[in-house]
Parts: sequence; C-alpha cells; structure tokens
Amino acid sequence: MIRVARAIAAKDLRVEWRSRVVTNQVLPFAALVMVLFAFALDDDGITERVAPGLVWLAVLFSLVILVSRSYAIETADGALDQLRSSGVEPVGIFLGKASALAAQLLILQAVLAGLAVVLYRASIDLEGLALFSSTALLATVGLSAVGTLYGGLAAGVRGRETLLPLLVLPVLAPVLIGATRCTESAFGVEGVDTSDGWPWLGLLAVFAVLFSVFGAFAYGPLIDE
Amino acid sequence: MNTSPTMKSSDPKHRDPVTGTRFTRLLGVVCLVGVAWLVVFGLFVTPADVNQGDSVRIMYAHVPGAWLAYLAFVVTAFSSAMYLWRRTRSLAWDRLAGASAEVGVLFMAISLVTGSLWGRITWGTFWTWDARLTTTAFLFITYVGYLAVRGLGGSHHQRARRSGVLALLAVLEIPLVHFSVELWNSLHQEASVAGNTDVTMDGLMLFTLFLGVVVFTLVYVWLVMHRQRALHLRDLVDETGLDRALEARRAEAVSS
Repeated sequence: MIRVARAIAAKDLRVEWRSRVVTNQVLPFAALVMVLFAFALDDDGITERVAPGLVWLAVLFSLVILVSRSYAIETADGALDQLRSSGVEPVGIFLGKASALAAQLLILQAVLAGLAVVLYRASIDLEGLALFSSTALLATVGLSAVGTLYGGLAAGVRGRETLLPLLVLPVLAPVLIGATRCTESAFGVEGVDTSDGWPWLGLLAVFAVLFSVFGAFAYGPLIDE
Repeated sequence: MNTSPTMKSSDPKHRDPVTGTRFTRLLGVVCLVGVAWLVVFGLFVTPADVNQGDSVRIMYAHVPGAWLAYLAFVVTAFSSAMYLWRRTRSLAWDRLAGASAEVGVLFMAISLVTGSLWGRITWGTFWTWDARLTTTAFLFITYVGYLAVRGLGGSHHQRARRSGVLALLAVLEIPLVHFSVELWNSLHQEASVAGNTDVTMDGLMLFTLFLGVVVFTLVYVWLVMHRQRALHLRDLVDETGLDRALEARRAEAVSS
C-alpha cells in the first residue's frame, strides 16, 4: 500500500515537474488573485488586516484548479481505469494522489505567505513562522484529503470542472476559518497575540484526521466501477 | 412505499403510469385539510405575540420547515448508508435518499426565506452569522451539490454509490462546520441572537406550532412517496427505453 502510494505520488509529481503546469499556471494564478484582492480592497491598511484570510482564500481557489489538474492527467487516456483494473489498492491511490497534491499545496502556501509579506505588508516573527508552518502542514493534510476525495468523485464525469468547487468549497469552510485565525495570530494582525493561534490548530487537526480516515475508506467505493 | 409502479408495454388497455395510489390520495386529502387547518389557526385563531406582534406567525411555517429539512437529510443519510451496506443494497434505498434530499432542499429553502424575513422584522437584519443559521445555509448548499451529483449520469448503481458516499460525507461535514462557526463566533461576536431561553409559550401557540410540525411531516411523506415513485419510473425508462424504441421500430418495419 505504501509502495503504491509512493509510486503514484512520484508519478504525479514527475508529471507536474515536467509539464510545469503548476509553476507556469497555478502559481501565477494564485499571485494574480492576491493582486486582484489588493485592487478590490483599495489598499489603505485594509489589506494588512485581511491578509491572512486572503492568503487562504487564494489557497482554496488554487486547490480547485490543482485538483482538476490532478484528475485531468488521470482521466485523459483512461489512466485511472487502467489503474483500477490493474488491481492496485484504492487506499494506495488515495494516499499517493493526496501526497502529491499536498507537496504542491505546501509550495503554493509558502509562495502566498511570502507574497502577503511583500504585497500586504504582513509581518511575521520567529514564533509566528513556527505557527504558520504548523498551520500550513495541518491544513494541507485536510485540504489534500478532501480535494483528492471529491476530485475522485467528479473524475471522468462531464461538467466536473463546474461541479467541483460547489462540492469542495463548503466542506473546506472549517479549514478556512481555522487556518485564517491561526494566520492572523502568526502575522500579529491588530494586536492578536501569537499564542492565541495555537488552539485553532486543534480544529485543523481534527479536520485532517477525520477526512483522511474517511477518505481512505470511501475512496475505493467511489472510484470503483 | 411497497407498491411500485410498473410499465407494461404492448398492453391493449395501456394506461400511462401514475405515481398516485389509494393511500397517497387519501394522504393528500389529509394534507390539504391539515394545511387549511394550520392556515386558519396560524393566521387567525392564535393571538399576536406581546413582543413580536404578528410576525410571530411566520414561526408556524418556519420552525416546522427547518425541522423537516433536518429530518429529510437524516433520512437521506440513513438510506444512503443502507444502500452502501452490502447486505441491504437496493436502488430503492438510493431513490428514497434522492427523493428525501429533493424535498429537504425545498423545506430548507422555505425555512431560510421565512427565517430571514422574520429576522428582518424582529432583529432588524436578514442575516446574522449565528452558528445555527450558517450551518443551515451550508447544509442547503451541500445538498444542492448532492442533487447536482445525482444528475451527473452514468449507471444507476454508479449514481447511487457516488451520491451515497457524498451523503455520508455531509454527515461528517455539517457538525464540523457548525463547530467551527461556533468557535469563530465565540471570539468575534459579543451578543448572540437566541438569548431568550426562559420564554413561556401560550398553549394555543404551542399547539399550532405542533400542528405545523405534524402537517409538514405529512406533506413531506406525501411528497417523498410521489418523488420516489417518479424516480423509479425514470429509472425504468432508462432501462427499458431503448428496448421499447427498438421494438417500435421493428413493428413499423413489419407493418410496412
């Protein structure tokens, strides 16, 4: 199972590395969203206040694209069907695809946090950095589990590009709330103390565990046909 | 719900299949009488509230609507689990889940609309980020998505499995949303809206509310039975439609 997961994750990442879709399309899109937010909010101290929320909104929007992309490479030549018929354990596929997605999300979040510092004048100290890193890790587990699960649900179906956000985004509301509160503390927005953020990690952890476990079980029946 | 409609082809006295049976017709009449009773009691017989005035009458539709919506989604989750459990796997469970979700979305829309109208009159705002309201809105969106997934196509069992897993995921999602919004509110919102816990209700008003719940439940059962049968007919059309079209073409060829 672990071997399958590793092979699939390596395959996904290799495809992404060679095609450069993430670096040439998704990252620029996320950066663009951040710039557009700044236009919409008319920068005079507001962006500094809302920077954490904007970072995570940009992450959620980009996640939808990443998931679509992750399954586009599976359904293009019936690759997922072949994977299923080769008798590979679905749990392995789930873990593999989720890990590849997680790796891409972590890069994305690092870039977006950097952009928040540059564009929105967010400031971050050492404890804040530790808090943000933990937040990013836990949120990523939840995000990639949910993304992989719902992506699998919509894979190979006509109109999935439009359906995916409708399915995924409501589920991720707890991650948005929890991660934004954590990041507010990490950036020290409006005098929120850094230590206030740590309890919110609990919410992210619960979310990550629940959806990873349920996802691993549900993934098989979902893609099995 | 044990009498399922059937389509008999090449029947000389062929009648279009209907979703009504003697039981649902009787139930329909009972529903009509109940709704009329509720309207008379809710709008005319019960007194206006001391504080809220006439706007309290919205409650007679709002509270049963919300209650039924939640019940509908419990039924959907339960029948989805029954479908997914191998020993009770039957498309009848899947259709019950689908019918219940459809009617649930309807009731939830009623309760969201009436609730925000009531809120505008009583609190002065259409919406507040109260945990219960937000959870209800998320439940609504989630089941709109659920219905969209049901409409995706594919084989019947594919549809049933997909939507079944989705319904169970919603059971996981909704408490988490509720919990996180509650946490969020406890930090960001000083005053909660539902502070009046020791309100005693007039007996007649309480009875009318109870009547509303009963009537709405009957309407729910009636709607779900019809929808469930309609979904069954649609599945039958999917299964036999091509065969019947071929049959008709062959008959044409022979006769000409």
